[in-house]
Formats: sequence, C-alpha cells, structure tokens
Amino acid sequence: MKRNEQKALTPGLMKSPRLIRRSGYTDSIFSNLTLFFTIVMVGILVALVIILTRDAMPAINKFGFSFITNTMWNPVTDVFGALPAIYGTLVTSLIGLLIAIPISFGAAIFLVELAPNWLKGPASFIIEMLAAIPSVIIGLWGLYVMVPVVRHPIEKWLGSHLGGLPFFQGPPFGVGFLAAGLVLAIMTIPIITAVSRDSMKAVPNEQREAMYALGATRWEVINKAVLPYCRTGMVGGVILGLGRALGETMAVTMVIGNSNKLTASLFSPGATIASTIASQFGEASTGVQTGSLIELALILFGVTLIVNVIARTLVWRMTSMKAAKK
Amino acid sequence: MNNLNERGHARRKWINRIMLVLSGTAAAIAILILALILGYAMIRGISYLNLTLLTQAARPVGETGGGMRNEIFGTLILIALGSIIALPIGLLAGVYLAEYANPKVAATIRFTADILAGVPSIVVGVFVYAIMVIPMHSYSAISGGVALAIIMVPVVARTAEESLRLVPASMREAALALGITRWRAVIGVVIPGAMTGIITGIMLAVARIAGETAPLLFTALGSSFGLQGLMKPIGSLSLLIYHYALSPYKSQQQQAWAGAFLLIVLVLGISIVVRWVSNRKQF
Amino acid sequence: MEEKINVMIQNMVKEDNQNKPGLGNSGDTKGILEVQNLSAWYGKTLAIKNISMSIRSNAIMAIIGPSGCGKSTFIRCLNRMHEVSHGGRTEGCIMLDGKDIYARDADPVVIRRRIGMVFQKPAPFPTMSVFDNVAAGLKLTQFWSRRWELEEVVERSLRQAALWDEVKDKLNQSGASLSGGQQQRLCIARAIAVQPEIILLDEPCSALDPASTLKIEDLMRSLVTQYSIVIVTHNMQQAARVSDMAGFFLADQDRAGILIEYGKTSQLFTNPTDKRTEDYITGRFG
Repeated sequence: MKRNEQKALTPGLMKSPRLIRRSGYTDSIFSNLTLFFTIVMVGILVALVIILTRDAMPAINKFGFSFITNTMWNPVTDVFGALPAIYGTLVTSLIGLLIAIPISFGAAIFLVELAPNWLKGPASFIIEMLAAIPSVIIGLWGLYVMVPVVRHPIEKWLGSHLGGLPFFQGPPFGVGFLAAGLVLAIMTIPIITAVSRDSMKAVPNEQREAMYALGATRWEVINKAVLPYCRTGMVGGVILGLGRALGETMAVTMVIGNSNKLTASLFSPGATIASTIASQFGEASTGVQTGSLIELALILFGVTLIVNVIARTLVWRMTSMKAAKK
Repeated sequence: MNNLNERGHARRKWINRIMLVLSGTAAAIAILILALILGYAMIRGISYLNLTLLTQAARPVGETGGGMRNEIFGTLILIALGSIIALPIGLLAGVYLAEYANPKVAATIRFTADILAGVPSIVVGVFVYAIMVIPMHSYSAISGGVALAIIMVPVVARTAEESLRLVPASMREAALALGITRWRAVIGVVIPGAMTGIITGIMLAVARIAGETAPLLFTALGSSFGLQGLMKPIGSLSLLIYHYALSPYKSQQQQAWAGAFLLIVLVLGISIVVRWVSNRKQF
Repeated sequence: MEEKINVMIQNMVKEDNQNKPGLGNSGDTKGILEVQNLSAWYGKTLAIKNISMSIRSNAIMAIIGPSGCGKSTFIRCLNRMHEVSHGGRTEGCIMLDGKDIYARDADPVVIRRRIGMVFQKPAPFPTMSVFDNVAAGLKLTQFWSRRWELEEVVERSLRQAALWDEVKDKLNQSGASLSGGQQQRLCIARAIAVQPEIILLDEPCSALDPASTLKIEDLMRSLVTQYSIVIVTHNMQQAARVSDMAGFFLADQDRAGILIEYGKTSQLFTNPTDKRTEDYITGRFG
C-alpha cells in the first residue's frame, strides 16, 4: 500500500523488522578512541615526571639533599648547588607580588565598584591584553626601556635614600633582581586583577546595599562588605599569580643579568631557576651539569604544582561558596 | 557632641576620597604599563620594519639587507606542527570528558589537565629535549612542534569540554530519538553545536603558543634557514627576538623590535578577534 | 457454518486492520505495542509502577493525567529514551511485533528508528538548515545518500507535516529561524522522515500558541492513517478532540505513577469505569 510505495522511493533506507543488536562496534570504537586520546593527555604528564626524575639522577645521586643548600654553581668543578637559583626565584617573585598586589587589588576595586559602566568593559579588556603579550617581548621592552630607567633614577634613588639596608647597596647595574621583580610584577598584574575582579563581582549586591543603608562611605562599603566576602578568591588569585611568576622564563632571563652568586643586594645580577635552565642548558657539557639543570626543572615543576593546586583549591572554594550562598 | 561627629565624619570622607583616588590610580598604572609596552614595541618596531625584513632571509652582520622571512615561516610552521599534533588529542579528550566519562573519573582527568596547563613552558622544553632531541641526536622542528603541542593540549581539551557541555540535553535527546548511533549523534549534532566555543579555544591556544620561546630553546633551537626538514632545527619570530635582543649588534637589536611588532600584531590580533567573537556569541 | 463465516469475516477484518484509517479495530486484542508490567525508576525513585496497556495501530492514544504522575516517563520508556536519562532503569517488557524491545539483544538504535519521538520543547538542530534537519535522520545513519533521494524524502516529510508550503523557499535557512509552531512541525517532519511505525509525542503543543496547536492536532489526524500515535497531554480538551484511545495516569500514595484505566476515548470521557477518572475528567482535580 502507501507504505510500501514509500519504501520503494528510498531504497537505501533499511527497515528491518528485527530488533536484534547490529554489531554495535562503531559506538565502542569511537568511545574507545576518545578514551585513548584522553589517556595520551594524562600520559604526557606522567611521562614528564618520570623522564625528568630519571634524567636528573646523575645530579641527585651525586649531591643528594645538599643540592638545595649548596650556594656554589660551578661548571668548572662540576659541583652544583641550587640555592642561588632558588633564592633568586623567591626574591624576584616576592618583589613582583609586593608590587603587583596593591596595583591589582586597586585596579580590580576600580573596575568593579567605581568605574562608570561604559568604562568597565574596555578597561578590563585592556588589562587582559597585557596577559597576552608574549614574555619575550616584555623582556625586550624590559631590557631596552625599563632597565635604563631602573639603573637611573630608580636604583640611584633607592641607594641614596635607603642605602642602609643591605638590599639597596652596591652599584646600580640596572639588570638584576629588582628589574626581574618589576618585570614579574607586570606579568602577574593581569591574573591577580582578573581573579580579584571575578571574586568581587560574585559578592551579592544585598551586602553592599546593607552597608550603604548604615551610612557607610563608598570605601567603607568596599572595605567592610565586599572585600571580606571575597577574601578567599583574591588570595587564590595572588597564589595563581605566584605560580605564574615562579615559572616565568624569558622576560626574567633577559633582565636578571645571569649571575650564579648569592648576594643580598637587589641591584646586583642574579638568577632564577628558570633563567639558569634557559641560559645554561644549551651549553651544558657534563652529564652532571645537565642532570643538575634537569633537577632544577624538576624542582620548579614540583613547586609550581603545589602552588597551583593550592590556588585552584582556594578559587574552587570561592566559587562553591558563591553557589551555596545563592 | 556635634563637633566630634563632624570631625569624625570629615575624616571618613577624607579617607574615602584618598582610597578612591588610589584605586583609580592603580587601574591607571596597569593601563599605562600596557600602553608603554605596546607603544614602544609598535612604534619602534614599525620604524625598523621594511619590506626587506619580511621577504629576505637573514644575512650575516655587516652585510646590508637581510630579513626575517624564514623566522616568520618558522613561527607559522611550528604553529601548524603543534596544532596538527595537539588538536586531535585535545579535542577527542574533550569529547571524552564531556560525553563519556563518569563524573569521578572526569574530575580527576580535568585536574590532570589543569596541572599540565600549569607546567612552566621551560620544563616542557626540557622534557621534549629528553625524549626527542637526545634520541634523535639533533634539534628539530618536529620536537619544537611537540613541545608546543604539549602546551596546547590541555587548553584545547578544557575549552572543548566546556563548549560541549553547553550544548543542551534536548538536542542530544532529539538526535538519539531519531535512531542515530551515539557516535554519529556526537559528531553530527553535538560537536557542530559546540563549534564556536571549540574554535575559540583553538584560537586562544594558537595565540598562546605563537609567542612561546622557552620550549623552543632546546628543541627547535632556532635557525636562519627556512624549513630544511622536520628533523632539522627551525627558527621562529620569538627565538629571533630573544637572540637579537641579547646581541651586541645594533642592526640585530633593531630587527628584534621589528620582529616584536610582527609578533604582537599576530598574537594580539588573534586574541582580540577571539574576544570579539565570544562577546557577540553571548547574545 | 455461521461460526465459520464469522471467523472468516473477523480474519479479513484483522488483515485489513493495519491499513485502515481511523479507529483501531475494536475486535482486535493485539496492539502494535503491548506494554506488560512496565515499571521505571530514576535511580532509587520509582516513577511508574506496573503499567500494562495495549497500543493500537493506526490510532491515536492519549496519555492523560495530572502533572507529575509519570506520563512523560512512561512515553520515554516506549522508545527506550528513559535509559538515556541519568539513572534511568526499567523492568517489565514492551512487545513490538511480538518481540520485547527490552530484550538483552535488542538494539535501542533500531528501536528508535521504528518508534520516533517529538519532544515538548521544539528542538530543531540550530546548526543545520531546514532541509538538513529533516534529512538528519537519514544523513546521520547512512554513509552516503544521493541528493535526489534526500530531496524526495524531505519534500514528502514536509508535506506530511503540513509544512512544505511554508518553508519550500526557505529550505536552506537555519532550522532555528522558524516560528515555534513551525519548528515543532519541522521536528515532526524530521521524525517521520525515517519512516517509523509509531510516533510518540510528549506534550508537543504545550509550548505553542493555540493556532499552532490546532494545526498540529489536524496534522496528527492526517498522520494516523500511516502511523500509530501516542501523545502525552495535560490538556483534556485536546485529548478529547484528537484521540481514539486514552489512558489515565495518576500518582499513587508512593508518588509512583499508575495506570488507572484505558480504553476508547469516547467511553472514557462519557462513562469512565473508575471514580478517579471521572473526578479528573469532570475537573474535580488536576
């Protein structure tokens, strides 16, 4: 009848009266394919840890724990200690955060609470563009534009006014810990600003309105109603920024001066873990030196891993708090 | 009494004003920094940019002429290599996370992807050096591509997963109710529905690796010759900027600025387009 | 002798049954779908309990009842869509052509080809054109299809769905660019393009305006000559207008849906057997 006619029109359409499962292997082929590539992705991380550990063995075997405490990094005698690099990493990151935090928090407050609506979008966008600039270009700018300014007047001023402190003694090279710290500040401002801004946006308006109703000034509303609410998220943002600063390589390598000596002065050249690897890896001659550099990479990996996990936990806690409060 | 209140009130107002000014200043500083960096790079870069730079290969210092044509190609080739390797892995992993994984497994894998995304790029370079450059006894373009791919994979996977999750369940059900096999429903209906988000994620990943230098230092190494083969070193704009910035020769330093200009145009261009497209999509 | 003739006549009537438009044969006891003791769960929650009914071919069966009594769950079990939901699980069997669709070796994909479904909220594929939407069921199962074959199917399905005249110039526009009523008819066209035997409709008009609703009701009456239709509706007047058979669901004390009674619509509405049915029909609740 009619139905049979329809069938003839489309011969390709099989209408089988059976209900039996066809060889449904196509579905499992596809899902297994996706599973395979997922395992590949996870496998990359696993392989990274394994290979780095394996190749750092020459150094781990030779130096053991003293690798972290030894202050000499000497390719000539084939004895390597990571302390100058670790110190440099910590110091530059600290300087970077000290400078970036007030600027980022201030900018976030401005973007969320104070800016007129037409300004909010473009200004946020501009600050996020800062995050997109490749590290090597910031290094280029840092080396040729910022370092001369750091040398004179910044370090000159610091030396003459605060020269009592060991941090600010010594000749102003321009390149060094201070310059690297400044560059790290520039690179972490976008992240901390973005996370702080998102945290502050998550604060419900009722909190602000309640404060206003008590007769608070704008600043008091921010300080007493908004900031305490999103403290967790903002701290998380700072730690995320720290994670980024610790691993930052190119810009730091270009402005830190690359010296492996441990000095207290912020004006003097230094090194971070990343900059040591970057500047020496290509020329490492012995297995021990290469192993030491790889051990540095392993340490850097471990440290950034811990920092990032802490940061994500904090940010996650903030978002689930927000969801719960809703 | 009144006097006390007024003084207290005036003080609060004063603090208020100062804090507001400070925060506005902070925002201005952040924007100013960007303006300074971009400004210098664009202006200096453009002033040193000329047609020769774009069309010729590098020449030894001292000779006139010479350019960065091969490094420009190098950047593009490395991006292509990285994408060819990373896209299948990242996209299919994203599909698995969104469509097939049970929630606990998915959370663990997502966590792993986030860790991988947070690995410093120089560590990735060292890793690829160990697994590819050493066994192959040479630096190579392909190892540079692999290093960039490792950086791209978690970004592509997470954005693909999130885009796929946004596809409404009603669309999936409507597809299945037609008597379509699961995999064809995913490929024919769900993935096209998430395509905008997926492409955005890919472009963001590309913008990120276009400017990467550290992972290429010991993999692709750099070269002023063009593509000599996948197994040979290759240069990139980012490597050029790094080497020339540290060079004592003024002519190379100028080329570094010109290269920086090109790289900024590429990276910021992609980022801005991505922003614009994703803002539009929200309506 | 009389008995023999009666039996012969009954057999002839039974044979004609499948192609007869309008009411299912009242003497026929085997429907195209036989539901036997069907229960369904979402995780640990029992949603429907021990449903048994017979769904006649070439008839419209309306599933009515107040909201929350498992009507949607029930209809989603008919084409094994229930198991697609999180934690969906069933017990019991549903016989299609004498074979249980929940048998171990039964393939849900094949079943869903034969039992199509249209959902409450019109869900055209937004990334596809009108043409591709209707052809989706075919394009996504075959590896290649000749263009003219697809065009034939698309036009025929759109005509059957009473949509052809409105969209024949817009075939390449996005499926989402149509109005709500048109989108729903598009979904119906899409469902019938794969030539199912049964079409399930889960409150297809609840998101539509009255004019579109009437169009779809007319559409259903024209489709019933070729397909068997089951429709869930919370609108009693719609059920009275459109259906040949009706089944009344209610939630029992455990919040699980049960089938109170089912039978010819005319009988259910004018002379229901169960008092609860009567209360619902006369508007005492729901």
